[in-house]
Amino acid sequence: MTSTILRIASRYLTPVFLFFSLLILYRGHNAPGGGFIGGLLAAAALILYAMACGVDAARAKLRIDPRILVAAGLLTALLSGALALFSGNSFLTGRWVMLHLPFLGELPLGTPLLFDLGVYLVVIGITLIMLFALMEED
Amino acid sequence: MPVELTLIHHAARVALLILMAAMFLALYRLVRGPNLPDRVIALDLIATLALGMIVAYAILTGQPVFLNAAVILALIAFLGTVAFAKYIERRMSE
Repeated sequence: MTSTILRIASRYLTPVFLFFSLLILYRGHNAPGGGFIGGLLAAAALILYAMACGVDAARAKLRIDPRILVAAGLLTALLSGALALFSGNSFLTGRWVMLHLPFLGELPLGTPLLFDLGVYLVVIGITLIMLFALMEED
Repeated sequence: MPVELTLIHHAARVALLILMAAMFLALYRLVRGPNLPDRVIALDLIATLALGMIVAYAILTGQPVFLNAAVILALIAFLGTVAFAKYIERRMSE
């Protein structure tokens, strides 16, 4: 039932999907994009892999149970809100740090990005739980 | 809308019109299509036409942000077709 063309194509397409999902996750603060769309794209990468090689192979490739991804994402989002509490601001206040990288220049990182990362993980987890269950049914 | 219309904007407008005509033809095939594979191919064609429309619109408005949507659509569009192909294959084997 699995086609050779699809299996070979998925091997090359899955990294492209994951790269674009990370790109969209990062630029989401200033431009269209964000954690939700990035998460959907990353889930689409794994669904493509599951359609080509089977659900069990995709589960093995993911290594982590999708339910753990949901919990980790929610905790990350909570942490991003709680970071502001330690410095006396109200919950979910945005805090930013400028990273000075040797070749890339300045990289602004902040708690909104951390919150988006939490959304990203939750969306990947929930989408994969639902779609793996649907694909295993038949 | 751009203040000054250059040749490329007129080209984009003509391309949009042609893409719209193609979209109507694909829609006709989607509605009339005698069987399921015809409809699936029409859907795939509609996704590709929408991709072309987004690119032409990005040129017309001078907004490169739309091109990101085009890239994502190009990546995602074939997934639906693959899923439909699997469904048709399974239905035929039953």
